[in-house]
Parts: sequence; C-alpha cells; structure tokens
Amino acid sequence: MWKSRLIALLILVVGLGVGYFDYSSQHGQSQWTNFPFRLGLDLSGGSHLVYEADTSAISTADISDAMNALRGVIERRVNLFGVAESIVQVEGGGIAGEGVRRLIVELPGVTDVNAAVALINKTPNLAFKTERPAGPEKDTINAAWKAAQDKIATGQVVNVEDDPLLKQDPNYIDTTLTGRFLKRAQVTFNQNAISPSVSLEFNSEGTKLFADITKANVGKRVAIYLDGAPISEPTVNEEIRDGRAEISGQFTLDQAKQLTRDLNLGALPVPIKLVSTQTIGATLGSDAVSKGARAGLYGLMAIMIFLVLWYRLPGLLASIALGIYTALVLALFKLIPVTLTSAGIAGFILSLGIAVDANVLIFERMKEELRGGKELGEAIEDGFKRAWLSIRDSNISSLITAVILFWFGESLIEGFALTFAIGVLISLFSAIVITRVLLRATGVHHSNAVTRFFFSSGIFKQ
Amino acid sequence: MIIVKHRFIFLSIAALMVIASWGAVAYFGLNLGIDFTGGAILEVGYPSAAVRPTVAVMKESLATIERSDITVQPLGDDSYVMRAKDISVADKDLITQTVSASGTPATVKRFDSIGPSIGSELGTKALLAIGLVLLLIIAYIAFAFRKVSRPVASWKYGIAAIIALVHDISIPIGLFAYLGYVRGAEVNSLFLTALLAILGLSVSDTIVVFDRIRENLQRRVATTFSDTVGISLNQTFVRSLNTSLTTLIALCGVYFLGGESTKDFALALIVGMAAGTYSSLFIASPLLVLFSGEGKKK
Repeated sequence: MWKSRLIALLILVVGLGVGYFDYSSQHGQSQWTNFPFRLGLDLSGGSHLVYEADTSAISTADISDAMNALRGVIERRVNLFGVAESIVQVEGGGIAGEGVRRLIVELPGVTDVNAAVALINKTPNLAFKTERPAGPEKDTINAAWKAAQDKIATGQVVNVEDDPLLKQDPNYIDTTLTGRFLKRAQVTFNQNAISPSVSLEFNSEGTKLFADITKANVGKRVAIYLDGAPISEPTVNEEIRDGRAEISGQFTLDQAKQLTRDLNLGALPVPIKLVSTQTIGATLGSDAVSKGARAGLYGLMAIMIFLVLWYRLPGLLASIALGIYTALVLALFKLIPVTLTSAGIAGFILSLGIAVDANVLIFERMKEELRGGKELGEAIEDGFKRAWLSIRDSNISSLITAVILFWFGESLIEGFALTFAIGVLISLFSAIVITRVLLRATGVHHSNAVTRFFFSSGIFKQ
Repeated sequence: MIIVKHRFIFLSIAALMVIASWGAVAYFGLNLGIDFTGGAILEVGYPSAAVRPTVAVMKESLATIERSDITVQPLGDDSYVMRAKDISVADKDLITQTVSASGTPATVKRFDSIGPSIGSELGTKALLAIGLVLLLIIAYIAFAFRKVSRPVASWKYGIAAIIALVHDISIPIGLFAYLGYVRGAEVNSLFLTALLAILGLSVSDTIVVFDRIRENLQRRVATTFSDTVGISLNQTFVRSLNTSLTTLIALCGVYFLGGESTKDFALALIVGMAAGTYSSLFIASPLLVLFSGEGKKK
C-alpha cells in the first residue's frame, strides 16, 4: 500500500508540475514563455486565403512538382510580409475535389486582406509560346476574335467567358516552358539597344526545353508572355543550348529592375485564382479566447462539484484526476503544438465530459460489486476490470469519429478533431491509471459504515 | 424493466420526433451558411451602440454604390453583418467606406468570401464523412460483438445503433431548420462538426449498454432475451444519465459563457447529446428486443 501511496504522490507532484508549466508559460517571465498556445486564425485574427490553381497546362505527372514549386514561390512572397507562423499549403484534390488543386495561405495577424492579396498577386506569370501554324484552327480563332472586335466596335459587350476561343491567342500556342523553369533573371544593357533588357537563365530542365523549342522553331518567332500579354516576340536564329534568353521589350530602367526582382522572387509556375478569403479582426478573436477559457473553467468546476456530491470520495479522487487530465492536455496542446480554434476549444471542453465518463463507468461498476457483497478492495479492482471492456469499446468508436473528422481536412473541423482525439486518449490514461492509483492509495480494503458512506453515491445515505 | 415493457411507446415518441424533424426540414428548409453555398459576409463594428447607423441608413448608403443586393443584419449592439452573393476584396473597402460615411468609422471585424465550388465541395465531403462514420461504426460493432450471435445476430446490434444515430442527428437538424426560419441560425461547418461529434458520443453511449447485454447474455442472468436487456438497462441507466449530465454541464458552460461563434455549436451538441442519451436507453436496446422477435405478448 505504501508503494501505491508513493506512486500516487508522484502522480500528484507531476500533475502539479505540469499545471505550473501550463500556467507560467502563459503568464509573466519564465523560461517557458516560448511555449505559448498556438491560436488559429479565428482566435488570433488574420487572413485565410484560398487560391485555385489552373493546372490544365501541366501534365498530370508534373502537377505535384509544379504545386510544390508554386508553394515555394508564394512562401517566399509571404515571408516578405514578415508574418510569424504564416502557413502556405497545397491541398491536393481531396476526397471530393475532383482533382482541383488549391493553395491555402494563412496569415495570422494580417487583417488587411487587400495588402496580402496584392503581395501574393504580384505575379509575373512568365510563359513562352511558339507560332501557331496556319490552318483551320488558326482561322477559327481569328474569326472569333474578329467577330468580337466587330461587336466592340458597334458598342456591344463581349464576355470572354462566353467563348473559349477568345481565351486563345490566334498567333501563338502554349509550350511547356514557363517561369517555373527559371533559375535567375537580371538586368542587362545591350550596346545596340537604347533600353535595358532582362536576361533569363533557365535551370537544367528549362535549358533542355528551351533548346528543344528553339531548335524546332529556327527562323520563326517565339513569344515571351508576361501575365498573359506578349512582351517580346524575338525571331529564333539558331538552337540555343546554354539556357539563356533575353527579353528586350521597351523597358525603362525601373521597369526592368522591377520585373527582374519579381521574376527572381519567383515567377508563378502555375496560374492561380483567388476563390475564397476569410478575415477575422483581432478583437473578435481575443473575445472568443477569453470567453472560451472562462467557459472551460466554470464547466470544469461544475463537473467537479457534481462528481464530489454524487460519488463522494471516489468523486473527489476523480476530480483530482480530471484536474491532472486538464493540465496534461493543455501541456500537450502547447508542446505538439496544436493550433487552437474556437471549435478546438469546444472540442476540449467536450472531452472533459468524456473524461468523466470512464470514471463514472468504473464507479458504477464498483458499487455493483459492493452491493454483490464483495469487500471494498476487491470491489475496486473488479470494478476497474469489468468496466474496461465498455470503456475500450466506447472510446474506440469516439476515436473512429475523430480520425474521420481529421481526415475530412477542413481546417476548422481538423482543429476540433485533434483536440477531441487527444482528449479521448488522455482521458483513457487518466481514468485507468490515475484514478486507480489514487483509489488504491486510500488504502481502504475492508468495508465498514464509514467507508460504505464514502464509497456510495447519491444525495442520501444508502 | 419499464423501458422494455413499454418499448412501443418510447419507440413511437422517437419516431414522432424524427418525423417532426424531417417535417421541419421539408417545411422550413435549411439555412445553409456560406461555407456550403459560397457567398460573402462582411461584419463591421462601430465604436459604440450610439453611433451605429440604423438599418435604413445602411441600406441607403449601400444603394448609393449600387449594392442594394447586400442584406444588412444587426449583430450585438454595435455591429452589422452584411451578406451578398459576391463581395470582392476591392468592393469590401468601398462598402466599408460607404457605411462609415456619416462620420462614424466602421471597422472590419470579419470578411469572408467563399467561392461556390468550395461550398459545394464541403457539402459532398460532409455527406461522405457522415456516411463513412456510420459505416465504420456498424463494422466496428459487428466486429466487437462477433461472439454474440444468439438470439440476435451481431450485425443487428450495428443496425440498432445506426437507427439510434439517425434519430440523434435528425433532431438537431430539425431544430436548426426551425431556428434558421425563426432567427436565421445557420447550418455551417461548425454545425457539421457538432453532428459528427454527436455520432461519436451517442454511439459510445449505446455501445456501453450493448456491452452490458453481451456480458449478461454470457452470464445467463435471465432466461429470456427481453429480461436480459431489461436487467442490462437497469444496470447502465445511472451511468448513462450521469455521463450525459457531466457532458451537458460542460456544454452548457460553452453555451452560456463561450464566445458568440460557438453558441449555436454548443446548442446543437446539447440537443444532440440529449437525443443520444434517449436513443441509447429507449431506442437501441428496445429495438434489439424487437429484432429478437421475442416477447411479443408481454
């Protein structure tokens, strides 16, 4: 018995220590202030942007590479913003995404969504195109363009979305060579030209593509498109193998510098379109945090009062276990770290209720064994043993739900699922290990009137 | 046990509640949030309740920039929520400026604009997730109870649990159809999270009762199946109520003290938990007795 008392003492000390860690890392100066709670956008305030990537021009095999390159570029731009803990992630297809690739950008603390969008959209989208051969295709596109121009001339409105032909250039067709194969860009001055030019250097893959394109198009023109518009249409003299190209548009020095910087910062390898923005002001967030914390605290206290009133001594021990449970879970949130959203906090508070469930199951079972005429010590052990199957089965079903919610992949729901799952796992530990050790440590083995009172339940003496 | 004896009464009450819920959905429809339908929400706040313009003034201001399509709804006493099919990032500034024009600066508290494709995708995902949870739970129950095949096959335990689950999520859905009509309560991804959480909580509640039935069958505590179920219910009754009670206490904390954004979420969970407790005691186990085909004249 002294052994279990020692273990119980150890658990209490560890619990207090973890609780102190939770508290001091949140308040004042301590060595742990680098473990704050990580708050989600809805609590800290900030912007959540979703872009849809147009991968139609990229072969299926290359899509994930291209998306990773895209993420890298956007990450570099976002970092210019100087936002701590910004997140840029690619969402691939998903279970119902029908192959749509999305880019999700989260900017905590940035509530000026315009500035964020402008920065990310600073998109020099660089593309190389070759001449469209004469033929029926070229003729139909030309005809469509001419019809549209005629309409505009007579004052009518033309919607580009109505006719896919209008989105195509009659003179050029796309190649696979785009800004994603760019290694470096710099401003150069050509002695023969008055204006500066921008020289490009491709990476090895780009060099090969560029060589193929120039080889196949000697004597023809290759157009360089920037953000959907041609900026230079040089004629190819010979195959270029060294992976260098030059854009000699009519740049001023400032324009050339700007373009070079944007290109170096990263031409977007895949065109993107903003499909969703969410911005939460900081006041709304901090309000939700303080209210969530208050709700959790009062909820916890109310549960403890209930446990003590109904289950008496075991209830008191379960309350202590619940306190340790809370300290452990909060510490895990800090250490993993789990991004807390308002749904996540609700998930945690909900898990308080579940954490109690295992205790209630055990206590009810214990009482049954007592009623069956067993001695107290035996009843405690049997109560734990018999309740275990129910506890296991019910918690597994909760975990199944949590896993599916997490896999569901919506950031809001993910937050809930993660806190819920952590709660379920730790509650198993708290009920099976902590409460048991504490109960054993009471050292009660034999029943008498006093112990019977402390181990029964309800408002009245049984 | 009274529950087994009067099982038809309790099952009828549940059936009526479910029918009423689906009736509410059919009659009122669901007020889907923009995370399902796509669209935009702009929430602006004013320094105090006193300087907040009236709804009429807001409407007038919006009309001057030809955005009469935007609906305006007061929130708390110093904010407004504006909704429209589409508000671009640039429009957002124009609108905020316009509604501040009368000398009281409006600050943007929240701005959400969600593309329609993302919205419909969430709906598909939601149905998939719920379907998957149900399927896996049947599978798990069939597995956990595989040794119990007499007098009721183990997969029937799964079916009974699923019927109970359908009851549990129908009632909050029905309530929110009604609340959506009365005060614009939204069915959004938080509500969806609540439904999924209810699935998990309620099934674990049901499983505890089933576990007890399994144990009592093995120990042959009674001669008939309906008596076995009755005894099992007796034994787990207090535990079911106490567990729900503690969870409900925690949820009431969230409802009454938590932030505005999680209020409806907590409400959905409270109603779902209550329905879940009812269903584990009064639906799932009586259904088992029904499935056993035993005790028709009792």
